[in-house]
Amino acid sequence: MKRIVYREWLVEPQRYWGLLAMLAGVIAVGGLSALYMEHEGHWVTGMTNSVVWGTPHVFAVFLIIAASGALNVASIGTVFDKTAYKPLARLSGLLAVALLVGGLLVLVLDLGRPDRLLVAMTTYNFSSIFAWNIFLYSGFAAIVIGYLWTMAERKGNHLQKPVGTFAFLWRLALTTGTGSIFGFLVGREAYDTAILAPLFVVMSFAYGLAIYMLVLFYAFDADGRPIGPAMLKRLKNLLGLFVAAVLYFTLVYHLTKLYGAKNSDIEAFLLINGGLYTALFWVGWVLIGGLIPLGIIYHPELNKQRDWIATASALVVAGGLAAMYVIIIGSQAYPQEMFPGHSVIQFGAPGDVGGRVAPYSPSFPELLLGLGGVGVALLITAVGIRVLQFLPESLADRDVDPHASARHA
Amino acid sequence: MKNESEPTNQGRRDFLGAAAGLTAAAVAPGMMLHTVDSEAAAPTGGVSDAHRWGLLVDTSKCADGCTACVDACDQENGLNLQSQPLGDDELKWQNQRATWIRKVKLQDNLTGQVTNLPLMCQHCEHPPCVDVCPTGASFKRADGIVMVDRHTCIGCRYCMMACPYKARSFIHEQVDQKLTRAPRGKGCVESCNLCAHRLDTGDISTACADACSAEGHQALVFGDLKDPTGPLRQALAKKPNRQIRQDLGLNTGVRYAGI
Repeated sequence: MKRIVYREWLVEPQRYWGLLAMLAGVIAVGGLSALYMEHEGHWVTGMTNSVVWGTPHVFAVFLIIAASGALNVASIGTVFDKTAYKPLARLSGLLAVALLVGGLLVLVLDLGRPDRLLVAMTTYNFSSIFAWNIFLYSGFAAIVIGYLWTMAERKGNHLQKPVGTFAFLWRLALTTGTGSIFGFLVGREAYDTAILAPLFVVMSFAYGLAIYMLVLFYAFDADGRPIGPAMLKRLKNLLGLFVAAVLYFTLVYHLTKLYGAKNSDIEAFLLINGGLYTALFWVGWVLIGGLIPLGIIYHPELNKQRDWIATASALVVAGGLAAMYVIIIGSQAYPQEMFPGHSVIQFGAPGDVGGRVAPYSPSFPELLLGLGGVGVALLITAVGIRVLQFLPESLADRDVDPHASARHA
Repeated sequence: MKNESEPTNQGRRDFLGAAAGLTAAAVAPGMMLHTVDSEAAAPTGGVSDAHRWGLLVDTSKCADGCTACVDACDQENGLNLQSQPLGDDELKWQNQRATWIRKVKLQDNLTGQVTNLPLMCQHCEHPPCVDVCPTGASFKRADGIVMVDRHTCIGCRYCMMACPYKARSFIHEQVDQKLTRAPRGKGCVESCNLCAHRLDTGDISTACADACSAEGHQALVFGDLKDPTGPLRQALAKKPNRQIRQDLGLNTGVRYAGI
């Protein structure tokens, strides 16, 4: 096998600076939105005492689980010794840290008191999975940076396997923790199930890989680096597997809920009569994020074309955001059932929602804050690959897999 | 000069002597009270687990259309001082303003029977809101009252996600007016604290239960769950009662009869 050569991103300066300017603009708008919400208070958002986590959480949770998923590509090379994935590892690590930083920023800026971040970093309640996640997130960033060092520095190469394995186990813990934030909530019908933890793990595999592939294709396209058909096939097959796994866990999640008679109402809400949430579930989560990408990935012709595979990846990302919206907001909009066998005909003062579906419509500042987090992740990635040697010069099959040419011959 | 000042000095001495005596007379019983019954009289004496405060709601006595408990709570805890931000949608505001206690009206799906009840923080023995709070701002006092430390609350709202009773409110807006006994600030979470400020000064009562009695309904009985001879335990012994979401095993401090 040839030695893999890594090179800085050699895109033309105008295009690079144009991209940075655009991302900086998105981040600035996101930052201003956060400042506005912080200054005015959360009344300017769509959030209420019923839907307490809004669109920023959709983006934050999506970015955080995608972060750990993006690291998978590196893990497959290091932990599972798949040589062909090794050249992909550096970008995988960088993207993981970038997405995590983006997601965490959104999460922190949506706090009621973001100025008290120091309190959150110094005062812990260890019975809270949230407190554990603070360690899981910051630890993840530190470990992945160490992992990147073992890849880049020859002196550290021998540590790559143990550090990579540790990072892999850590990212599993991280996504399990993120899923458990919801899974451990006993008071809400849509949550309160352990399957949310593995569901979040497979979602992270799919969303992280989809973002990875989009970034890889864009970066390679921009400065004319080749990606061989075998590499493309490998990546799209992996994406197909992960997307199918998401659909499988989604099915099991609903079957688990449907089996208990007490959950029939929430299931009817999510699957049949929940309006926007039902539409987002079927059209967004299942169709756009699942079945259509699978159709593309396993289509005999389309699956050989990079543009179609990129389309499938983009659909997985869109479906992922829809899935987060259903899981986070749909589950809160559904009224908490406190009185089985009774209908709630009045709950507090008129307008105070209880016993019926809570209204929520995202406000612009919320959406812009979420997009700002995406901007941060992409900016870190763009600058990273430009100034440091993250991208391999070539992913042509003969450069990646020594047996590829022999097989084709 | 000296002769002139003599009577003045004498007068001052008399005054100081009398003042000292009066002060001693005024303070001494207080000191005695501190030593004899420190729990009742000392607002700074700390809270002990000798008590566990709770409520019994007798839904058969809770009158349809009566909002005395809600109004009293609003007055007591300054919730009536909240003002709708200019430009906020009226319906949205109703879901954004802080509410510590709300009247709930239920209808039995089978019989059609209508039940009224007040719903507030249930002061669980095992509160999910306390479990999930990352900073420990959501906490349970030794006497069973679940409340929020507003100095360490970061406004993450995870407690609101975890509460099975929708008992908690987030302060969505700038707060202009508030009461000293019920501090309130934008970006923090709060909920019913069983009028802890009353209990801490020795007044064993809550605004909601007082108001209900004043209306003549007696639907709310406040008291000490640990005192077998107290009014709450007596009332609990007389009426079959249960907890809302009893299946969760949270052992709530607020119990309901007639649901």
